[in-house]
Amino acid sequence: MIAESGHYALVLALGLALIQSIVPLIGARLRDAALMNVARSTALAQLLFVGASFTALVMLHVNSDFSVANVYENSHSMKPLLYKITGVWGNHEGSMLLWVSILALFGGLVASFGNNLPLSLRAHVLAVQAWIASAFYLFILATSNPFLRIVNPPIEGRDLNPVLQDIGLAVHPPMLYLGYVGFSISFSFAIAALMEGRIDAAWARWVRPWTLVAWIFLTLGIAMGSYWAYYELGWGGWWFWDPVENASLMPWLGGTALLHSALVMEKRNALKVWTILLSILTFSLSLLGTFLVRSGVITSVHAFATDPTRGVFILLILCLFIGGSLSLFAGRATALKQGGLFAPISREGALVLNNLLLTVACAVVLFGTLYPLAMEMLADFKMSVGAPFYNLTFAPLFALLLLAVPFGPMLAWKRGDLLGVTQRLLAAGVAGLVVVAITWSWVRGGSALAPLAIGLGVFVIAGAVTDLVERTGLVRLPFATVLHRSRGLPRSAWGTAFAHAGLGVALIGIVCETTWNSEYIATMKPNDVAHVASYDVKLDGLFQRQGPNYREMIAEFNVSRDGEAIRVMTPSKRSFTTRGSSTTEAALLTRGASQLYISLGDVTAEGAIAVRIYHKPLVLLIWWGPVLMAFGGVLSLSDRRLRVGAPKPARTKQRLQPAE
Amino acid sequence: MTRKQRRMTIIGGSLAVLALAAALVLNALRDSIVFFSTPTMVAEKHVEPGKRFRLGGLVQPGSLQRGDNLAVTFEVADGNAKLPVAYKGILPDLFREGQGVVAEGALDANGVFKADTVLAKHDETYMPKDVADALKKQGHWKDDYGTQASGAAKPAAATAQGNPQGAVR
Repeated sequence: MIAESGHYALVLALGLALIQSIVPLIGARLRDAALMNVARSTALAQLLFVGASFTALVMLHVNSDFSVANVYENSHSMKPLLYKITGVWGNHEGSMLLWVSILALFGGLVASFGNNLPLSLRAHVLAVQAWIASAFYLFILATSNPFLRIVNPPIEGRDLNPVLQDIGLAVHPPMLYLGYVGFSISFSFAIAALMEGRIDAAWARWVRPWTLVAWIFLTLGIAMGSYWAYYELGWGGWWFWDPVENASLMPWLGGTALLHSALVMEKRNALKVWTILLSILTFSLSLLGTFLVRSGVITSVHAFATDPTRGVFILLILCLFIGGSLSLFAGRATALKQGGLFAPISREGALVLNNLLLTVACAVVLFGTLYPLAMEMLADFKMSVGAPFYNLTFAPLFALLLLAVPFGPMLAWKRGDLLGVTQRLLAAGVAGLVVVAITWSWVRGGSALAPLAIGLGVFVIAGAVTDLVERTGLVRLPFATVLHRSRGLPRSAWGTAFAHAGLGVALIGIVCETTWNSEYIATMKPNDVAHVASYDVKLDGLFQRQGPNYREMIAEFNVSRDGEAIRVMTPSKRSFTTRGSSTTEAALLTRGASQLYISLGDVTAEGAIAVRIYHKPLVLLIWWGPVLMAFGGVLSLSDRRLRVGAPKPARTKQRLQPAE
Repeated sequence: MTRKQRRMTIIGGSLAVLALAAALVLNALRDSIVFFSTPTMVAEKHVEPGKRFRLGGLVQPGSLQRGDNLAVTFEVADGNAKLPVAYKGILPDLFREGQGVVAEGALDANGVFKADTVLAKHDETYMPKDVADALKKQGHWKDDYGTQASGAAKPAAATAQGNPQGAVR
């Protein structure tokens, strides 16, 4: 019964979404408030029904109801409860259901917090949301129904892919989807603005918090996924430039550009057309990401051709929404009035440069992701575009961007003084250069690239600090005034500083990890000692243990440094009987921001075990950076001007204008 | 500055960045792209030693030999041809004889493929798609490879890497 109820709730949600797609638009045409308000009730009801459907699937998984194909394929009665729940979205059908649930959640949030939106704008926004929702409900019901029954129910399930049986699966996909799907809001606002033919600074004030929320989740989602891959896959890599990863990186780059251009639009009423275009592009990239991941096209266009229904369906959705929205844009964008003049050297100019570099970097990633597919389809040969390609293209563009980052927030609106800003950034620049010199002398020669990149990271961090120092008047003003001014400083200014500093922190982590990572691979017998980066790692012994749905072989290592014992590390190898596959559980020892990383290979005939030990200096900075960025985003979101759903009408804007 | 000049500055700047990106991409395409080959393709095309490529095929049953200090050799076959592969390091969890594998590296002077990376990147059917496609094309793959994998999630790639610098140059 649960499966049928879940299925039925999903069909009802589709019905509601179809109503929501059409009725509010008719209402907006007729200027009928009652019809326009239908959008609000249907959006909330839709959330209720999709929520019910999702809950039904979760219950089926928790109850291990193997008469449902999706549960049989991806669950096992012995699996721990947490993984029974997370296994819901560890497969295609379930993850698509999560996708639409989050879409409905955002629709419901706009419906419940959008009371101060103009009625027709809200009707349009929710109608566009419903178009997207309808398309994906149809997709799920037609090609990926998670509630299908099996005629002769098996007794036991096939278990979830062991690599996915990890806490990472509980956090990473929902976060990522909150980000991906969150950009649908700015997309819907953009389409609504184009349909209404009206757009102003207030529009940007409504869009920015939603974009920011999506961006925060996407940032954390990507970072979380990267850390998960790092500790779960067992060889210490944290970014592979895999198409699946690029699929999440591209909306992030687009979304970051959108955040910054929406700022120009909100403050200066300029770059309207561009902001609208970016909103459309960012969500299009999210859709493209969904297509790439869900259609099977990534590794091979031929695999896509053998099982075309799903892929073709998503491709149709993709063409419909991207093509439709871009044609609408082409037709209507000229109607939007341009405003807000500015000199090339100004805050606006800096944000334009930011947008330029981010979108071009995004285009490079898009090219690298699609080029192999295109070549395979057209010329029929296979190739892979990997890290070397991106190191030569993406990295220089991003280095340029990072070099410009400290200048942006310090330039004045309309017309900036580049020379003045350079003088004020002198200290930050000197700090960067000193770090370059120190690192270079410390590593004694070698590649100059790593010290330079670290210096760049320090420059970005010091630049963010300089900006705060300037704004609060630290150093030059009395302490009480400084305290007063920092309290008066808008939270978004703090947010900017944290987010920009996060970039520098992540860069330093990336450079240190890739340059000074030391590695030790060998077979070890009990009581053998390995020396890795001043640590002594002694293998004490191997023993077996039985887990809930796996057997595991644990190796116990004693880690010491200069004869002083630090900790016992226990990496293991788990073999999952149901799927006949095994996973490597790496052991991590954190010392400051650096980590010692041990993972196991095979046991040889003589009882020795293959061991891989890494020392990764400052590796944690790679993920602390994004966390800082997300924290900056949260600070900015808590700025009273931007509180979600509470954008004030224009007249209160003057009062709340920040002191900058 | 007039409005027109300002606009020209911005357009000029955009074109400069675009040109820079295009130059970077074209430069990178020249030497950072790695092609995929099967043993048959290697035999036909006479790939020169030292040129990096990805080799895909099935691990020939009975060919896996472990030497000292994690050195392994095995043969990759695709039904028509075989190619010996040498690798030093830990093989990925999903590496098996008789099943699909993708290795990255280059041929040495003796015609042995020196791999610095061995990927076992595949779904629950234990077959990398690249390999399945290549085998299908040659008619050595009868099984239906339609039912596709699960996993919303990232860790779909299991990689063994003997020389990380090789991949993160």
